[in-house]
Amino acid sequence: MRASIKSAVLPLGIAVVLGFAAIPARADDQADRQARWKDIEKSLFGDRVPQDGAAVVQLDAPVRADDASLVPMAITIAAKQPVKSLYLVIDDNPAPVAAHYTFGPAADPRAIKMRVRVNTYTNVHVVAEMQDGTLLETTKFVKASGGCSAPMGMSDEEAMKGMGDMRIKFAGDAVANKPVDATLMVRHPNFNGMQMNQVSRMYTPARYIQTIAVTDGDKKVFDLDTDISLASNPVISFAFVPTDKSQLKVAVTDSEKGHWEKSVPVPALSN
Amino acid sequence: MRLDRREALLGTFCLCCLPTLGRAADFKLEEVAPGVFVRRGVDQDATPSNLDAIANIGCIVGRDAVLVTESGGSLADGQWLRQAIKAKTDKPIKYVVLSHVHPDHIFGAAAFTADHPTFIGHAKLREALQQRGEFYRTKLSEVVGVDKVGPIVMPTRAIADAGEVDLGGRVIRFKAHGPAHTSCDLSMVDTQTGLLLPADLLFVARVPSLDGSLLGWLKEIDVLKAMGAAKAVPGHGPTSVDFAGTSADLVRYLTVLRDGVRAEIKKNGSIETAIKTVGQDEKSRWLLFDDYNARNVTQAYKELEWE
Repeated sequence: MRASIKSAVLPLGIAVVLGFAAIPARADDQADRQARWKDIEKSLFGDRVPQDGAAVVQLDAPVRADDASLVPMAITIAAKQPVKSLYLVIDDNPAPVAAHYTFGPAADPRAIKMRVRVNTYTNVHVVAEMQDGTLLETTKFVKASGGCSAPMGMSDEEAMKGMGDMRIKFAGDAVANKPVDATLMVRHPNFNGMQMNQVSRMYTPARYIQTIAVTDGDKKVFDLDTDISLASNPVISFAFVPTDKSQLKVAVTDSEKGHWEKSVPVPALSN
Repeated sequence: MRLDRREALLGTFCLCCLPTLGRAADFKLEEVAPGVFVRRGVDQDATPSNLDAIANIGCIVGRDAVLVTESGGSLADGQWLRQAIKAKTDKPIKYVVLSHVHPDHIFGAAAFTADHPTFIGHAKLREALQQRGEFYRTKLSEVVGVDKVGPIVMPTRAIADAGEVDLGGRVIRFKAHGPAHTSCDLSMVDTQTGLLLPADLLFVARVPSLDGSLLGWLKEIDVLKAMGAAKAVPGHGPTSVDFAGTSADLVRYLTVLRDGVRAEIKKNGSIETAIKTVGQDEKSRWLLFDDYNARNVTQAYKELEWE
């Protein structure tokens, strides 16, 4: 983290974050941010250079986060051609790649929503990798602070309750071969190893979700690789194309070898 | 002086012109019931000039001892309270209550360590302070200066459900509440006057902030109602209020929040949409509404989406 961010007012109700009132950005920040992104780009894509994809890929993120430990990100893709994978990169987070979705044949990758932690004022990049290998990028600047290092709750024990419980919601009844919106909710504290217990001076050990695999029967919807930037109790909205006998299965693994699965029928499928 | 966020951002305020403790001149302990003294906190967030003196703080004086009902939002605020108490009575300060984990209710405690009181808190306060305390201290230090914040004081007596202390013919009863405003809300009743001191389980005028459980808070208000007190000292707002009317206002806001967020979840609406729509009719009724409502909606959404 390079910019130090100070709050000038302290709200009393702060759950975990004081996500406003910061010192204005320094003049050289722009150049720093560019350089940072170039580094990330290089490490992720090597010599492949993402093109401006603003016409195709859209990222909706709050300009200023109300809660830096739960910043909603909505990605929409208006591509005619199929999307192979999608990266969400929070440039200045300790681990910048917040999410990498690899889509399968059952996916409808036109819209993804998720909630992330944002540690400091940062650019957020979305890069869509098309089937032909083209990379399309878009970016948003998000003002937030402390989303990673702020205390997450009032009790670790409380945060661990029900770990691995899942819920899958569908937006209305599904019709075979027509895209349907679904929301996946997972109970998991996603401890990122950056919260210190002030008395023991020990950090709560990191324990966070690494993969989420969603399948419909034997067809992949998506594989998600993720890490400490994912918010606690993650909620991910996506779309998929059901068949007439769809059964959605979700498998989650975490950094402590935790593994949880849930399988649900898709409601009211008809042709 | 009201330092607004924009001024703070742009640095247009002038620190040298701020009266360091000039605020103390405007502050006074009001006797809201016989032997119960309260200083009204300002309806602001912590700023360099108000030194986080934003909560209602004070004391109850018994025959033999004094109980500090709330200690203040910073060491400086606690020091102000201590001298104000000492100016009123020579009786020893034997008890200091830490009503919950929030900074404006805990940092005054350090001003009383020389009195060697029992620091009374909810059984879950210690853990919450371990998780949050240092973070609050750092953040508040950035606002008011580290020397004015002071150290964190841990409770030395934990109340798991109920408890009481006797100030000499004057019994104060405590109730440890389930998750509501926070995870560790402690309320008390002065049995001599029947006055209820619910701390931040009751907000008046200032918009409530949700950091525990929305459904739990609604439940705990019923618990408070069952105590039958007519008058209360809210954590924020006027120093003494009619409990029935003011708690009804709070219930109305929390209910609007609950029903609005539930409706949004039901129609698959996002947190962002909920933030824009839920509770907007309440805007004109509360101070600092825009600073807290979005967070409250987010908190409510996180809780209710798992229903």
